[in-house]
Amino acid sequence: MAVKLFFEIEGGDFTQAGKASSKIKKVLKQLGPDAKTIKKVVVAVYEAEVNVVAHAYHGEVLAEIDERGITVTIKDRGPGIEDIDKAMEIGFSTATKEVREMGFGAGMGLSNIKKNTDELEITSTVGEGTTVIFRNFF
Amino acid sequence: MKISEIIKHTEARVATKNYDPDKNLAKAFSSDLMSDVLTLDEDNILLITGLSNVQLVRTAEMADIGAILLARDKNATPEMIELAEENGIVLLETPFSIFKASGLLFSNGLKPVY
Repeated sequence: MAVKLFFEIEGGDFTQAGKASSKIKKVLKQLGPDAKTIKKVVVAVYEAEVNVVAHAYHGEVLAEIDERGITVTIKDRGPGIEDIDKAMEIGFSTATKEVREMGFGAGMGLSNIKKNTDELEITSTVGEGTTVIFRNFF
Repeated sequence: MKISEIIKHTEARVATKNYDPDKNLAKAFSSDLMSDVLTLDEDNILLITGLSNVQLVRTAEMADIGAILLARDKNATPEMIELAEENGIVLLETPFSIFKASGLLFSNGLKPVY
């Protein structure tokens, strides 16, 4: 059993945030990990999608699922993150007023991704973009 | 607390079709900050909020929220209703403020998440 899912996200379009996590949730429900694990995975993917929409120009989500777990890679073209340690701090945010009015941008996304995943790796180049890879074991 | 009791206490309208009035929600959380909602470990709760947009319903979908109560007489949009129905989330609309709706539900026995 190995399933690969691929999605594209346009930056700035908030209606796009949730498409990947919604589909991944439906697929995981059929594959059978427990509800708590599914929620952790989809919350992490959703937070990452919101980050792409809020900060980047374009993003790609690749989810690879096998019997042992799920690996999700979110790669965006965007401004990048200057200081990843700083961005991981709860409350640190560069989100716009519009993003905050939507109920996001409180500087909690990256730390919530860390909380909900078993392994997390973030790499970023300022002016080019950011890649977030995380893995959850079933 | 049953959905039917939440409706009675908050004089709410139901925006979604085909809901189960006996669906039971053990706890509630009031917030306009979706980032906070996404950090909750509890599921099948009532979310009371002043926000009204599609991301609210998306957040509820990912966080396994059972029902949403829109406060301050906010109306759900057709897109919100469609997404909620697709995911089995009950959308309610109350004329009361978040404070009043939360207070009424709390005093009638609905427990907080924390």
